[in-house]
Amino acid sequence: MALLWIEDVVKDFGGVRALDGVSLEVRERELLAVIGPNGAGKTTLLNGISGVYHPHRGRITLGGLDITHFPPHRVARLGVARTFQNIALFKGMTVLDNLMLGRHVRMRSGIFPSIAYWGLAQREEVRHRERVEEIIDFLKIQDIRKRVVGALPYGLQKRVELGRALALEPRLLLLDEPMTGMNQEEKEDMARFVLDVSEEWGVTVVLIEHDMGVVMDISDRVAVLDQGRKIAEGSPGEVRSDPAVIEAYLGAGKRRA
Amino acid sequence: MIHRECGVLKTSYAADMALYPVPLARWTVGAIAAAAFGVFPLLAGDYLLSIANLAAIAVVGAIGLNILTGYTGQISLGHGAFMSVGAYTAAILATRAGLPVWVCLPAGGAMAALVGMIVGSPSLRIKGLYLAIATLAGQFVIEWTINHVTWISGGVQASIYVPRPALGGLLIQSQREMYYFIMTVAALGVVAALNLFRTRAGRAFIAIRDHDVAAEIIGIHIFRYKLLAFAISSFYAGVTGVLYTYYLGIANYEQFTIVTSIDFLAMIIIGGLGSILGSIFGAVFLTLLPIVLRYVVEGIGGLFFTIPDVLNLITNVQLILFGALIVFFLVVEPEGLNKLWRNIKDYFRVWPFAY
Ligand SMILES: Nc1ncnc2c1ncn2[C@@H]1O[C@H](COP(=O)(O)OP(=O)(O)OP(=O)(O)O)[C@@H](O)[C@H]1O
Ligand SMILES: [Mg+2]
Repeated sequence: MALLWIEDVVKDFGGVRALDGVSLEVRERELLAVIGPNGAGKTTLLNGISGVYHPHRGRITLGGLDITHFPPHRVARLGVARTFQNIALFKGMTVLDNLMLGRHVRMRSGIFPSIAYWGLAQREEVRHRERVEEIIDFLKIQDIRKRVVGALPYGLQKRVELGRALALEPRLLLLDEPMTGMNQEEKEDMARFVLDVSEEWGVTVVLIEHDMGVVMDISDRVAVLDQGRKIAEGSPGEVRSDPAVIEAYLGAGKRRA
Repeated sequence: MIHRECGVLKTSYAADMALYPVPLARWTVGAIAAAAFGVFPLLAGDYLLSIANLAAIAVVGAIGLNILTGYTGQISLGHGAFMSVGAYTAAILATRAGLPVWVCLPAGGAMAALVGMIVGSPSLRIKGLYLAIATLAGQFVIEWTINHVTWISGGVQASIYVPRPALGGLLIQSQREMYYFIMTVAALGVVAALNLFRTRAGRAFIAIRDHDVAAEIIGIHIFRYKLLAFAISSFYAGVTGVLYTYYLGIANYEQFTIVTSIDFLAMIIIGGLGSILGSIFGAVFLTLLPIVLRYVVEGIGGLFFTIPDVLNLITNVQLILFGALIVFFLVVEPEGLNKLWRNIKDYFRVWPFAY
């Protein structure tokens, strides 16, 4: 069963065709890796799903609902969470506040109970704080929960951003290069978290990642983009030995050189 | 840091999330409240009380503007006008409909909130300088409307005299009675704002300020929350206008020009953007500044200049000092007096020990 259905999506930026008729199916509870050389259109694909950009052509369907032209906040309400290639945290706020913000769509309190901080609003805050603490424990960031995010080292910020996405209790989790810029130990931790989220929490994950070792290790399936087109799709083993993929990576190397 | 003090118990998170989790801070706040409501009004004379009243009214307006500008990152040059909307709404309801203060006060706030939302609606598409100009336009349109529509302004010099407010048969007349009334409203305003920023909606405001793309990605409906920020902020402004009106006994649009808008911006810049305590510092500071300055310039200037020259000097020195302070806090200490206060507190927290 497909949770997410991407059909023939096209997205242009001025003269650049970032996505050129991409079709892709993300199955319920799978961990799908999307790989491809720089500028292949991977981030643009995530932006299309989460509503940051809207495609010029094609259709994106989530659980049977056409979300092609949904704004980001409506996509989020359907249970789609994501992280960004270059961290998009609320830097002036604490780790706790960032994670509590991750629960925004799961909370209800309006303005009047809020300012009175009476019964409902207070109980809701405490209840959601408990969920957030579970995520803090899971990610082992207990001792930084009251630290301001902007002052944390890069690797931890990446982890906090994953935490904020998890706080939404997503059905679909979109991760844009969560391990980039990390050392080996941090990478392993992050891979472990992503795998746990996928296998134990049953969350459907789309993972963009350049580290082939990690991709081959943890993903169920791999899709390969190159110059806005999907050139291959299949199990990690199949994709690795696909001549078109090898050509794309070597070719991209040559193009850059 | 000790975390998860007593396991995952509701009570422990509730306690951790209290406004003042540390007992000493709770006592300090209690003591300040007791002094402000119990001791000060009994000891202070009319002059001191009148200054306190003006400062407390300014506190309400400064918190309101800080909610929008400091916390949500949306600038407004129209807050003076939003105050006048509150002022005239209350004045009209009080004089022509004979409504009591407990109706006029929230009604003035609500009307200002409505107008503020309309003026703030371009914030969907524009920010920064452009939003400043849009709200500036709002300021002038509102000023012009009040001044030219005689139904609103009451005709003669665009002024409406309002009777002294009464609460349950109790007439609020003297400076002391005014003090209790205004301080109660101001205290409610402070507590409401503190609560706002430890719950869902207030966090959403700050998120929009810090990173609007990320805010939308986590499900915050940016436009709705920007409008909400304008509404709440303008409600405070409206209430500020109503308080001025009852306090002065008159609603007059000249009280609420662009200069007022800028004064309040100066308060939150000097006090500290994105801080409730900073709003209080800024409001009190800018209320006291001209008074203190007057004494100083009169004292020193009187030795060298004639009286008309001294009066002239006061206005000019005030403007210069005012500008210099804004520049100083923008450039040197963007977190305002609030930051200076925190530095002092941090110093004394470990005092007299080095560690
Ligand atoms: N906002 C934008 N404006 C203009 N061009 C854009 C924009 N976003 C992406 N592009 C272009 O679209 C193409 C695809 O970019 P995208 O960011 O999706 O690549 P990517 O696969 O994520 O690459 P990387 O691995 O470097 O992150 C690139 O040529 C890029 O320059
Ligand atoms: Mg990218």
